[in-house]
Amino acid sequence: MAYSEKVIDHYTNPRNIGTLDKASDTVGTGLVGAPECGDVMRLQIQVNEETGVIEDAKFKTFGCGSAIASSSLATEWIKGKTVDEALNIDNMDIVEELALPPVKIHCSVLAEDAIRAAINDYRQKRGLEPLVSDKVHH
Amino acid sequence: MRLPIYLDNNATTQVDPRVFEAMTPFFLEHFGNAASKSHAFGWTAEEAVDYAREQVAKVIGANSKEVIFTSGATESNNLAIKGVFEMYAAKGNHIITVVTEHKAVLDTCKHLEKLGAEITYLPVGEDGLISMEQLEGAIRPTTILVSVMYGNNELGVLQPIREIGTLCRKHGVLFHTDATQAVGKIPVDVLADNIDLLSFTAHKMYGPKGIGALYVRRKNPRVKVTAQMDGGGHERGMRSGTLNVPGIIGFGKACEIAIQEMESEAVRLSAMRDRLEAALLQLEESYVNGTREHRLPHTTNISFKYVEGEGLMMGIKDIACSSGSACTSASLEPSYILKSLGLDDELAHSSIRFGLGRFTTDEEIDFAIDLVTKAVNKLRDMSPLWEMHKEGIDLKSIEWSEH
Repeated sequence: MAYSEKVIDHYTNPRNIGTLDKASDTVGTGLVGAPECGDVMRLQIQVNEETGVIEDAKFKTFGCGSAIASSSLATEWIKGKTVDEALNIDNMDIVEELALPPVKIHCSVLAEDAIRAAINDYRQKRGLEPLVSDKVHH
Repeated sequence: MRLPIYLDNNATTQVDPRVFEAMTPFFLEHFGNAASKSHAFGWTAEEAVDYAREQVAKVIGANSKEVIFTSGATESNNLAIKGVFEMYAAKGNHIITVVTEHKAVLDTCKHLEKLGAEITYLPVGEDGLISMEQLEGAIRPTTILVSVMYGNNELGVLQPIREIGTLCRKHGVLFHTDATQAVGKIPVDVLADNIDLLSFTAHKMYGPKGIGALYVRRKNPRVKVTAQMDGGGHERGMRSGTLNVPGIIGFGKACEIAIQEMESEAVRLSAMRDRLEAALLQLEESYVNGTREHRLPHTTNISFKYVEGEGLMMGIKDIACSSGSACTSASLEPSYILKSLGLDDELAHSSIRFGLGRFTTDEEIDFAIDLVTKAVNKLRDMSPLWEMHKEGIDLKSIEWSEH
């Protein structure tokens, strides 16, 4: 299968690979997917408690090129956004940006889930209710 | 060295230039129909086909009258299994095969189940091999056919063909083997192995695509299969259709070369394969799938734990090979062959099959070792599973979210 140039770029030069201290109160960690499905994403955010701005984001992904590119792009997009703004990122925006074919849409869904899971982890650390997505993915 | 390098010789092989050369006159010059009995065009074609049929028979130790030309191994498998099911309906309706067979065998069996066949699918051990006790235990009075592949396409493991043939003979059951990956790579002998039907194809042994054969034993016992296509009654009535003369000539030449070069090629290929394997096993948490004892000389299948196969393939795109991962398939299911060894899905997802061939060089193997090692290390650096493994976290203890 041919990958788009943007997928190849993110795969070859992934942005924001790494690990944040998951024990920190200001770090939210989202771990989504499953090894037996061939995709696991871990996305972490470092949030400024005063402003709610995501000051840093890191990821590690086990998966195909599209999964790696989707999570790399997700960290790029959420950095500098507030937590609320980050929640507005739609998986179809990722699909469009990376020109993912239909069989790879699940990679973008996973990236969106990873953002939400990281934010929920952060919210729980602050004593807030986790947000439940009512979105139906295509 | 030209990139990408080709290490997917279990999928198909390059046509050997000597094969190509042998075929060319049969397109423009000797284009006759081998069934035309009334003129020189037909005679020339027939004569060339007769010679090629002998070469093809020789590579499996058969008589040329026992070779039925088909379009390839898929058709040969269909003809063998469906043909026996129809021809021997009076004797029974039970067929024994194996879970790791090619889809051309498994789906043919599934088709026959709808028509009243009873099929036993034997399991394999983690070495990829069947148990002879289980096979013998599965034979019933109504068993008409045992179909077990010679060498596995994904793993390269070789089933105990001679023992299976002996057992089938003892019980008076016909024995078919899909020898697509084995013929031309290792010595195959239908007489010594008591094989009654054998499927093989040209394009896995440096011949052209679109031509294959089914060996159908003529003596002790005389085996017959019901034709699956009606027409002019070619190939002793078992396979109608004008013969693919250039293909047959190429197939014959490919078999002739294989007979001459197989022995030295097998030594050269297994040395290269072993070198590739030894170097890649230097990587932590990498495993060879299937037995390393009984297998084809040119194949290895390795899982690199905590690295996803398709992602790895992208990192080694200068090597043409294939992965047990099926990230692209709608089901997200990894290879059924690897799963049937009892491998965890995650290990199945992490596997790469390397298939070396006649045109593989030492320089290419060096290149492959270097590239795969770098790519695995890079992907592990970005794998959350690798990080967890290094922290001593048991991945099985984690509640994964399905998607």
